[in-house]
Amino acid sequence: MTVLEQFRNWLAGVMPEWAAYILAFIVSAVAIIIFVLVMILVFIYLERRLVGRFQVRLGPNRCGPEGIFQVIADAIKVLSKEDVVPAKGDFWVHFLAPIVTFVPALMVFAVVPFHKGTVLTNLDVGILYVVAISSISVIGIFMAGWGSNNKYSLIAALRAVAQAVSYELPVVMSVVGIILVTGSLSLSKIVEAQTIPFFLLQPLGFLIFLLGTMAEINRSPFDLLEAESEIVAGYHTEYSGMKFILFYMGEYGHALAASSIITTLFLSGWKGPLLPPFLWFLIKVLIVFFIFLWVRSTVPRLRVDQLTAFAWKCLLPMALINLFLIAAEVIWFPATLPWGMVVLNFAIAGVLILLWSRLFALGGGRVEV
Amino acid sequence: MKFERYGIGIAKGLMVTLKNFLRPPVTLQYPEEKLITSRRIRGNELVWWVGKCTGCATCAKSCPQGNIEIVTHAGPENNYIVDKFEVDTGRCMFCGLCVESCPYDALFMGRGYERATYRRRELVLSKEDLGLSQLRQPSGYFRPKVEALLPKQTLLLYWDREDGQKLRWLPFRKRSKN
Repeated sequence: MTVLEQFRNWLAGVMPEWAAYILAFIVSAVAIIIFVLVMILVFIYLERRLVGRFQVRLGPNRCGPEGIFQVIADAIKVLSKEDVVPAKGDFWVHFLAPIVTFVPALMVFAVVPFHKGTVLTNLDVGILYVVAISSISVIGIFMAGWGSNNKYSLIAALRAVAQAVSYELPVVMSVVGIILVTGSLSLSKIVEAQTIPFFLLQPLGFLIFLLGTMAEINRSPFDLLEAESEIVAGYHTEYSGMKFILFYMGEYGHALAASSIITTLFLSGWKGPLLPPFLWFLIKVLIVFFIFLWVRSTVPRLRVDQLTAFAWKCLLPMALINLFLIAAEVIWFPATLPWGMVVLNFAIAGVLILLWSRLFALGGGRVEV
Repeated sequence: MKFERYGIGIAKGLMVTLKNFLRPPVTLQYPEEKLITSRRIRGNELVWWVGKCTGCATCAKSCPQGNIEIVTHAGPENNYIVDKFEVDTGRCMFCGLCVESCPYDALFMGRGYERATYRRRELVLSKEDLGLSQLRQPSGYFRPKVEALLPKQTLLLYWDREDGQKLRWLPFRKRSKN
């Protein structure tokens, strides 16, 4: 019995059953929305502070203790701005785009387990739902690019679609590897199946999923669709005020959703010794976000052709090989010797990465991709 | 066999940024913390020593902009008494020629650099403004004796050069002493 069902049963004692059913859902949904919004604020703060530290500077530290109110000050500043709509843009498409981009990030959290039984809906096709929902936001970005009637926005939108189409495939392939091992699509069951965290058992799948999701949520070095040095601000060039803040929150909401999904799939979710499960979940989410920041502050942005080449020539074949390998291991070596499997998979991942980087070493040592 | 081709380069880059992440930041939080300027700074003000000035007006003659206005009258011992000594620092380019030309070491460059004002008129300094005071310290520019007395310039405030080459990070509570 999940926490939600217990809450519903308790409510049913005080009020009619249909009211309890609706109220329980509303309360838990609001709780999750508050969690997501607070975490988005924390992420924005962390991003600015930690990227500052990566660049050997302090970052914002004036508003409140250690600058924690800087995010709120920025939000108030952006909210008080005029909402500009391009005269020849498509008003409704332009209006709906930020909502379509932001809402999927919230919807992902309907199936993310925070604790044993603490999940909004224990969907049996949880990971399928996540993959389907998280690709909706690309439509929002495309709507923004189209509705703005601006060449930079449109270029960004087309890039976003190309990127999403390219990176969806390897991501799903690496997820299939996990489904093969656990035998279930439900995120709760995937967490419970992880006696060894799956990033040890499937290092190659973890790497592919990490890189693929980084590309899907448009984080640097895959931030081609808001490349400020090339196309002003990308798809949100024509946005200001409330709509811009929705895009901004959508960006970090997707980062949060991606970190949560990576935590659930590969870092054994809420499992961990000593500390309470929810805290473990948070710590792992923050670790994944730190990896995003770390890569962001290290690697320069990819070119468009390098981006698609990396997806189709590198990640997709590796994901396919990884899938066959996991399938072979599941069939021929059932999980009797997990640590041996860990060593074997790490060796295979190392060899594959070496082989594939050989493919990209073109032009006399000039490193492509 | 070059390992940069095999993705090692990215791992190396990641280690570089991680090293920078673990380094303490070098940010200077300006209004609270200030660097000690160069000892020979040509700061945005002049310091005039009344006692040494003979009113010869060499400084006014050497000024390429003609910013210095000096009016004198004859004193009882056949000397000059300075009535008016005005420097329009708004037009001054801080070349330091007036300081270099002064035969009696009566004019110094100042050490101050925070001289924003609301009106241009406030930049014209009179005889009373130009005197030596707590806020108005002479710099060592062209005045080696003053230079010897001044503290050495700091480039990184938090880093304390203890033993020649080694840099030591100062903890937060020790920063104010520096």
